Amino acid sequence: MAATQVIRSEWTKIRSVASTVWTLSLAVVVTIALGMLISGLSANEFDNMSERDRLSFDPTFISFAGMSLGQLAMIVFGVLVVSNEYSTGMIRSSLAAVPQRGTFLFSKIAVATGLALVVGLATSFVAFFLGQAMLGEHRAALGDPGVLRAVIGGGLYMTLIAVFSMGVAAMLRSPMLSLGILMPFFFLISNILGNVSATEKLGRYLPDQAGSKIMQVVAPVGDDTPYGPWGGLGIMALWVLAALAGGYATLRKRDA
Amino acid sequence: MIEAVGLTKRYGDKTAVYNLSFQVRPGAVTGFLGPNGSGKSTTMRMILGLDNPTAGQVTIGGYPYRKLPNAPRQVGALLDAKAVHGGRAARNHLLCLAQLSGIPARRVDEVLGVVGLQDVARQRSKGFSLGMGQRLGIAAALLGDPQVLLFDEPVNGLDPEGILWVRNLMKSLAAEGRTVFVSSHLMSEMALTADHLIVIGRGQLLADMSVKDFIAANSAGFARVRTPDTEPQLREKLAGALAEAGGHVLPEQDGALRVTGLPLPRISDIAHDTDVRLWELSPHQASLEEAYMRMTQGAVDYRSTIDQKAGLQQPLPPGAQPPMPVPGQGQPGWYAPPPPQPGGQPFAAPQGPYGAPGAPAAAPGADAPNPYAQQAPQAPQSPPPAAPPAPAQPPAAPAAPSAPASLTKPEDAR
Repeated sequence: MAATQVIRSEWTKIRSVASTVWTLSLAVVVTIALGMLISGLSANEFDNMSERDRLSFDPTFISFAGMSLGQLAMIVFGVLVVSNEYSTGMIRSSLAAVPQRGTFLFSKIAVATGLALVVGLATSFVAFFLGQAMLGEHRAALGDPGVLRAVIGGGLYMTLIAVFSMGVAAMLRSPMLSLGILMPFFFLISNILGNVSATEKLGRYLPDQAGSKIMQVVAPVGDDTPYGPWGGLGIMALWVLAALAGGYATLRKRDA
Repeated sequence: MIEAVGLTKRYGDKTAVYNLSFQVRPGAVTGFLGPNGSGKSTTMRMILGLDNPTAGQVTIGGYPYRKLPNAPRQVGALLDAKAVHGGRAARNHLLCLAQLSGIPARRVDEVLGVVGLQDVARQRSKGFSLGMGQRLGIAAALLGDPQVLLFDEPVNGLDPEGILWVRNLMKSLAAEGRTVFVSSHLMSEMALTADHLIVIGRGQLLADMSVKDFIAANSAGFARVRTPDTEPQLREKLAGALAEAGGHVLPEQDGALRVTGLPLPRISDIAHDTDVRLWELSPHQASLEEAYMRMTQGAVDYRSTIDQKAGLQQPLPPGAQPPMPVPGQGQPGWYAPPPPQPGGQPFAAPQGPYGAPGAPAAAPGADAPNPYAQQAPQAPQSPPPAAPPAPAQPPAAPAAPSAPASLTKPEDAR
């Protein structure tokens, strides 16, 4: 039926453009390499750390440090998958072939999400193992409590970031506009809002701040975050659902 | 069968299409004509359910497109040849469209052959010329072997051989009983390709009739009468006498008179009776192009003006003459007046705020500068000059081995 046709077609689309390979491999390489670098630096710094910092030392979370940059490539991937249709005008041919716009949009997003999930999980596991190798004696093991959850959560986090971007791109249509809003938001604004004490309470409900909670194994000292790891991921998932609903509403209502 | 009823589309306070009703029947090529920005593409998008009409509706085979069962196998469309991802190979582009519609991959290779792109199938479409892009778009429209085909400006950027190929392709598709709806802003092209014409201007219907009727209604001739330049009063005298005798007289820019409603011998007699010598009395046939321009001249959105080149020109040296303007450029257009219609006009040229004739730069130019140059091929009984003698014949030398051979394939096969 229509959905399987769209999924096959979207798979052809996604694998036949170079941007897929570039953005995803950039996400993998940046996340892993930066995670290794910061893990190695942290291992050297450990002896100079204060007691307080040592208590909240979270080797798992440190190995995911590269995600703050790697997620930007995931955002580009998510934005391009959707907005390429608009910037090329292909959307008209696509919607002429599949007049059921919901089927079209969600099948498209499903294919890209599946790919992002595979890449995200692989990245997360590799980043974890290589990061732990760099951490030497301070490393965590996959069997430690909460670690496996954090590593799988890292993959889910990257996936959800990509899906959120797809939803936003479906609303905004223009790749430049979508990237111009999403990149600075996740790279700067969200961090600023989350670290300034006045906006901290608000900032922790932003998608990336809430979602990254899943990757923490050791909570920072004095942490008063009102949600747990899965609660944080749930908040992020709500953001994603809102973005998708907005994208669907836009596609349904507006002229192609 | 495509049927539009009261189709209206507004973008904000701009009305792109207003109250458009027409039918496109199977088994014929229907030309969809109008100046740039007249609403052709908007109408096409509404037919395909891409844009929602503000009012009215358009159906294909009785269904609105979005409710049409198995739509991509029923309807194929070329909307915009540039609407491809430049980084994707041509074959992959068609493959994802085929998969989207549940069409087997081997059909992709078939249509690539039909449009003659099989040799560049694995190249990225970024490097394609405009003509190759059009061929790729046509291939996409043919994918589902649809009964209804829509083409928006399919010959844009094609070379003469490509234009001929598209023309024959349209005709053969229609001959197979399909509905073929082709938009263009070139009357001359449509006169050769289409069986039926739908003309719109500013989003409103101007004409909906067969090409044959269009020619009959609009290609009425006129007589050009020239009196001695040296005696302008003779011109006024003759014009008055001709008007008195029931003729319709329009002065031309170079001093000649354009007369309709009177046969040539009668004009000659009147001139003789009023004692006016004639320097020219020649029959002329208004071309379809001209009839179309006249019909749409009030409905042109984008009109060129004279290039003033302010501040760009060197001051003329003292004593030098400024160059004479080229006749016909930037001046009100002189189209053949509408032919007298016994049963009223088949269409109403829009009047009112837009009715003032502007300055279509190229069209009348062929007539104005040298009225003598055209006399030979324009005997009144000859067909309108827009139609060369043998439009449907295949190219004279179709035997070039690779691409051209494949291009003529569809005609040979049928």
